[in-house]
Amino acid sequence: MRTEPPGPQHEWLDGDAGPVVRPYTLTGGRVRSAAGFDLVAFVLAGAGHDAAAHPQLPPEHRRLVALAGHPVSVAELAAELDLAVGVIRVLLGDLLAQGLVAVHEPPTGGDIPNDDILKAVVSGLRAL
Amino acid sequence: MDSVRYDHAGSAVTVPLALKILIAGGFGAGKTTLVSALSEVRPLQTEEVLTDAGIGTDDLSGVEGKTTTTVAMDFGRITINDDLQVYLFGTPGQDRFWFLWDELAFGALGAVVLADTRRLADCFPSIDYFEQRGIPFVVGVNCFEDTRRFDLETVRRALDLDPDVPMVLCDARDRQSGKLVLISLVEHVARQRGEPVPAT
Repeated sequence: MRTEPPGPQHEWLDGDAGPVVRPYTLTGGRVRSAAGFDLVAFVLAGAGHDAAAHPQLPPEHRRLVALAGHPVSVAELAAELDLAVGVIRVLLGDLLAQGLVAVHEPPTGGDIPNDDILKAVVSGLRAL
Repeated sequence: MDSVRYDHAGSAVTVPLALKILIAGGFGAGKTTLVSALSEVRPLQTEEVLTDAGIGTDDLSGVEGKTTTTVAMDFGRITINDDLQVYLFGTPGQDRFWFLWDELAFGALGAVVLADTRRLADCFPSIDYFEQRGIPFVVGVNCFEDTRRFDLETVRRALDLDPDVPMVLCDARDRQSGKLVLISLVEHVARQRGEPVPAT
């Protein structure tokens, strides 16, 4: 529990709400990414985009490129870097704009997941 | 939103299809425990940032200078095969974080509402949420050791559940038990689409 709340007391900020932080320092104050990026969108670094080949990138960006050597979800990236999802989205927007990663959004549509997929999920779960 | 397709220089990298399942329920109903029991990776937590400006709106301008707080969300992963993964997201337990649910629920396959028979009313808001949005859900009645087992029909009446909403007794700590709850959900989703998954 905080003993001295920063500034005026706010209904959102209390002991239950977690630490008070300034997570957008890493993004230079930018809070909006170019795209929304679903939590289960998959990020994949472009072929040949070795993080080591981009020494100009800030460390967090480099880690994202390194982790995206195989398809990895936005949620996992946030957990891996221990950063808020909103911050990860801004950083991914930077990498996307530079062509260093591709972001594959989950398909949306009435027939996804179709019956075959649901059957595969059930049999996969039974096999656990 | 459009996917960004990327020619991965001819290499055959498959981007899996990820299905989202939400794990909801009142505080202490066993959400984190269930996600941990089912996840193949160490339980991961991710954080979403709350801001004190522009909540629920698109206008976040100016927020960068304000203090923010974070809400932790549990998630876990089950790999079905190379092309298919199931992601489990534990919903934030506090009512005031409802707006985060909308993002979690977007495109979700369905939800598990965990009920604690000692505090049944705690899961009412979750049930209301999924009913109002037409998101398929099942109710997992978490059998805590120190509580007497409730008759499922009694719980169904107490929760005023539709007859077609499946209810499953479960032990959130037990992987086998938890997986039966997920199977019940996927079968329920399939039934709602009019294509029952045959029991095998």
